[in-house]
Amino acid sequence: MSHIIDMKDIVKQYYIGTPNELTVLRGLSFAVEEGEFVSIVGQSGSGKSTLMNIIGALDHPTTGSYLLGGEDIHSMTGNKLSDIRNRRIGFVFQTFNLIPRTSALKNVELPMLYGGMSGGKRTARAKELLDLVGMADRMKHQPNELSGGQKQRVAIARAMANDPDIILADEPTGALDSETGRLVMDIFHRLHREQGKTIVLITHNPELALETERVITISDGSITGDRARDANAVGDDGESGEGGSRESA
Amino acid sequence: MNLLENIRLALSGLKTSKMRSLLTMLGIIIGIASVIAIVTLGDSLTGSITDSMSSLGVNNVTVSLRERESEDMRMGGTDIEEDDKFTDEMLEGLLEAYPEEITAISLSESAGSGKAQDGRLYANVSITGTNIGYQTANNIEMLEGRYLIDKDVDGKKEVAVVSDKFAANLFGADAAPADVLEREVKVYTDKEILTFVIVGVYKYDTSSMMAMGGTASDQDLRTDTYIPVTTAKKIAGSDAGYQSFTVIARSDANSQTVIADVQGYFARYYPESHKYTVNAFSMESMVESMTSMLSTVQLAIAAIAAISLLVGGIGVMNIMLVSVTERTREIGTRKALGARNSAIRIQFVVESIIICLIGGIIGVILGIALGIMGATLLGYPAQPSVSIILIAVAFSMAIGVFFGYYPANKAAKLDPIEALRYE
Repeated sequence: MSHIIDMKDIVKQYYIGTPNELTVLRGLSFAVEEGEFVSIVGQSGSGKSTLMNIIGALDHPTTGSYLLGGEDIHSMTGNKLSDIRNRRIGFVFQTFNLIPRTSALKNVELPMLYGGMSGGKRTARAKELLDLVGMADRMKHQPNELSGGQKQRVAIARAMANDPDIILADEPTGALDSETGRLVMDIFHRLHREQGKTIVLITHNPELALETERVITISDGSITGDRARDANAVGDDGESGEGGSRESA
Repeated sequence: MNLLENIRLALSGLKTSKMRSLLTMLGIIIGIASVIAIVTLGDSLTGSITDSMSSLGVNNVTVSLRERESEDMRMGGTDIEEDDKFTDEMLEGLLEAYPEEITAISLSESAGSGKAQDGRLYANVSITGTNIGYQTANNIEMLEGRYLIDKDVDGKKEVAVVSDKFAANLFGADAAPADVLEREVKVYTDKEILTFVIVGVYKYDTSSMMAMGGTASDQDLRTDTYIPVTTAKKIAGSDAGYQSFTVIARSDANSQTVIADVQGYFARYYPESHKYTVNAFSMESMVESMTSMLSTVQLAIAAIAAISLLVGGIGVMNIMLVSVTERTREIGTRKALGARNSAIRIQFVVESIIICLIGGIIGVILGIALGIMGATLLGYPAQPSVSIILIAVAFSMAIGVFFGYYPANKAAKLDPIEALRYE
């Protein structure tokens, strides 16, 4: 298996050279294999959001190297970075971030539109994806006509649109009740299991993190833990997964 | 992201906030509508004046006497002594001197106005003494009988050519023009009663009267009755000469040359030392100067109206800035999904153009409607100009680009991380 994410000595500093200089990430190094389901856990202020922005090609590290699918992100700017986000990354946000006044179908089509895919292919793919997340009957609905769980499912379908290398999910269940949160997590497990998607889940919730194959813990800008869960417990059976992980932690 | 998608997106955005979109467009609508209305009205005015003046013959050169010392540009003067006026000999000489340029000379001499009465029926007239050339100079169209001829003029005959309106008023609406020929009419002026025999009936040109803003009812309409100029002079008690006359140039003659020749011809009669000088101008030059004056006024008013377009454009920019702020998260999301800066910029510029374009189109329709209404009210034929409509639509689009670019660029340059975090 090849490395999808390969980070070496990532440092992120703000207000460089001023008295307020702030170091958020202090030399992180880790790699994610293709097809892995990884969670990055940390408290608020641990630097996990900054790390997510760097993984998602929204931000540059101050120093260090970041290869995404073999491409050096550090040297990229502007349009190239936009294209990397478009092709290689599928974002799932805590607050769903569907485009308002735009149907579920059009929302899912959006990344393909920016990627320059033709109209007919776009719609066909979007329908297929909405069907995959169980939203086939609500394609024409606008975001304000959907529940939180439905919105998040549309958002996952949208993240999948250009068949990205990684799905980057930032607290995807954070705004949902436990039941719909479960439903959303099940979709991630299914995408991972059936389609072999690489998924990076960012959360402050250790219980949720323990559902994944591998947990990277961040504290104060450094990696304080990186362990694979017991291989036997891999699956989408939440109860046993959580139980097993708690022991190993 | 293709253009069609952007247009669709912009339209759906406008639909969801109809009131705001309409208010934003209002500045553009009012600006475009007022410019179009003013231009349409101005064109109608110019067109109608030009038409009615042209009908008087653009190739005619009006020649008059003017006091040399006077700054006053008035045609002629009421107090020109008989000895100083143009004489028949001078005019005949002029005709003989330039036969290849001048076809005729038209003379007119007012003999006052009055009322023709026949029992209870009456018709208002103003009596004008004319010669044969007058008909050509003024495009008088005969319906029945004949116009005045040399024999009438030389013999100072008491004959008259009347309008069809006159005939209808005096002899009843059912009297055919042919029936009134050879009939005798009595015209009561302030001083005396004049009697003429009708020899011809001409078609009264309503358009020339409308252009001058005449609104009299048909019954009270004052039409011209033409009598021989010699007869008119006899009535007025003068027989020496004329203060002014019109030279009818051949259609292929250059009016500027004719003017120069006429002035050259009269130089020996009215030398530098003479109290009076000869003033000659053609309808063509008058139409030209009038048209250019009108278009200058029109341009000035339109420029003032265009200021409201500027205000409208600023309104659009303001709303676009609000829209960008409101949709910061959406912009952040779009960028996270891989939208290039240019895609975001185009999206907002297209939205701004659409607002301005719709406003512009509504403004054009409104402006034409107002222009036609105004022109009709004033009694001119409306002439909406296609070129000005196209310019207006293009200009409104340009406003959209100009005032939409700054907000769009602001949106395009948003930092996706900040934008996504925006509450």
